[in-house]
Amino acid sequence: METPILTKKRIEELLQKGRRFDERKPLEYRKIEIETGISKNAEGSARVKIGDTEVIAGVKLDVVEPFSDTPESGALIVNAEFSPLASRKFESGPPSIEAIELARIIDRGIRESNFVELNKLVIKPGEKVWGVFVDIYPINDNGNLIDASALAAVAALKSSVFPVLKEEKVQHGEHTTKKLPLREEMPVTVTCYKIGNILLLDPTSQEEETAKTRITITMTFEKNEVYIHALQKSGEGTISEQELFEAIKIAETEGKKLLKKIEKL
Amino acid sequence: MPYKRPDGREPDEIRKIEAKVGIIKNADGSALFSFGDSKAIAAVYGPRQLHPQHLQNPEKCLLRCHYDMASFSVKERKKPGPTRRTMEISYITTKALEPVVQVESWPNTVIDVYIMIIQADASTRCAGINAAAMALANAGIPMNGIVSAVSIGKIGDTIVADLTKEEEDYCIVKGGEKIKAATDIPMAFMSKGEKITLLQLDGKITPAELKEAIALGKRICRKIAEIQIRAIKEIK
Repeated sequence: METPILTKKRIEELLQKGRRFDERKPLEYRKIEIETGISKNAEGSARVKIGDTEVIAGVKLDVVEPFSDTPESGALIVNAEFSPLASRKFESGPPSIEAIELARIIDRGIRESNFVELNKLVIKPGEKVWGVFVDIYPINDNGNLIDASALAAVAALKSSVFPVLKEEKVQHGEHTTKKLPLREEMPVTVTCYKIGNILLLDPTSQEEETAKTRITITMTFEKNEVYIHALQKSGEGTISEQELFEAIKIAETEGKKLLKKIEKL
Repeated sequence: MPYKRPDGREPDEIRKIEAKVGIIKNADGSALFSFGDSKAIAAVYGPRQLHPQHLQNPEKCLLRCHYDMASFSVKERKKPGPTRRTMEISYITTKALEPVVQVESWPNTVIDVYIMIIQADASTRCAGINAAAMALANAGIPMNGIVSAVSIGKIGDTIVADLTKEEEDYCIVKGGEKIKAATDIPMAFMSKGEKITLLQLDGKITPAELKEAIALGKRICRKIAEIQIRAIKEIK
C-alpha cells in the first residue's frame, strides 16, 4: 500500500522540525540485531533486524569455471529475491528492478572493497575456481533494506567456511572449519535519504516512500583513512555537491558504529 | 534386523517442534513451524482484491499457496526461482489447506499464502503446510479447523515418523548394488484426524504397511494440531 500523500506531507513537515513519527532523530538508526548461523546447510548465514525490517542472507560455495576475463580469480555472485512473503509491495516472478539494483549495490560494495579475497579462491588456474554465492531474502520490509542486506551479507560471509573438496568436487553438506579468506577491513554500507532538504538515515517504509533521493555509500576504514568503494544515487530527486559530502560525513560517523557491531561477531 | 535411527529416536517419535505465530509484521498472518532442522515460515496476505478479473470467482475466494526454498537452505545451492518441484508442492499445499478455509466467505477475492523454507532437512512440505495453517488462523480467517501434516516413512521394514534427509536417502546394498530402501509418505489431516487433505507416496509399500503408516500419521497429527492451536492462542 502506497503511503498516503497527507502522511508524506506530515513526515516532511515534522522533519523540518527535526522530528519523526517514532521519535527518532533524523540520523538515528533503529535497534540493530545481528545473528549468524541461522541456516545450517549454508556455508555461512545471517539474520539482521533493523527495527521491524528483517533480512536473511546465506552463502553457498561451489566449484565453478572462472569468468573468462578473470581466469585467476574466484567468482562472486550476489543475488536478492524480494519474496511477496515480506511485503505487499513485492510480487512473484522474475526479480524486480528494485531487487536487481539492491543486489548490484551490495555486490559492488563487497567486490570493490576486495572483502572476499577472490585471488585466494583459485583451485586450478583458468579452469576451476570457487564460486561464492551470496543470496539475500527480505523477510519483513519496513524500510532500509539496503543497509540491512549489506550487514547481513557481510555477516554471512564472515561466518562462512569451506565445504569439503574431494577430487576437485564439492561434497555438498560437509563443511570444513576453514574460514573463507576475507580482508580484515570490512565494507560498511550506509544509505542517506533526502526528504525536503533534510538528510535522514534508516527510514521506515513510509519515510522511504516520502524520500525523493537516496545515496548509498560503501566504505572501509583502514588505520586512520576512510575509503569509499561504492556509491549509488537513486530516486527521482537530486542531491547537491554539498549534500553529498554531508552524506559522506554522516556515513563515516554511522559506518564506524555499524562496523563495531559486525566486528563483535 | 530392526532399523535403528541415526539420531536415536524411537520409530514413532518426531523431531523437536517449534511453532510460533506473528513473526512477520507486514503480513496479515504469519507463522514459523519446524521439525528439527527443517524450518518453514509462512505469510498470509488477504483476503484481498484479485487481479486479473477473469480469475475472480463470484462464489468463493481463491486460495493460492506459494512454496519456495531459500537458495542456501539445502546442501547443494538451489537456483532461485520456481521449479517443477516447487510448483507441484505449491499446488498440493493449496489443495491440502482449501478444505478448512471458508472460501465462500469472500467471493471474488484472493488469499495468498507464501511459504519459505529457510533450512531444509526433509519434510519441508509438511513443515510448510503446518506453518501455513497457523498463519491462516493468525490472519483471522474463518476456518473449519486446523490442518496438520507429517511425513511417515518406511525404512527397510520399519514404519518411522518424520524422516530426516539422511533417512530419506537410506539405501541397502544388494548384490553389490545400492538400492533405495526408504518410502516417504507425506500426509495431512484435518483437525480430528478423520479427513485426509494431503497424501503422497514414493517408494514401495504393502497396503497393510500403508494402513499402519496412516494410523501413525493420524495419531501424530492430532498431537501436532494441539501444538499448532496452542501456538495460535499465544498471540501477544
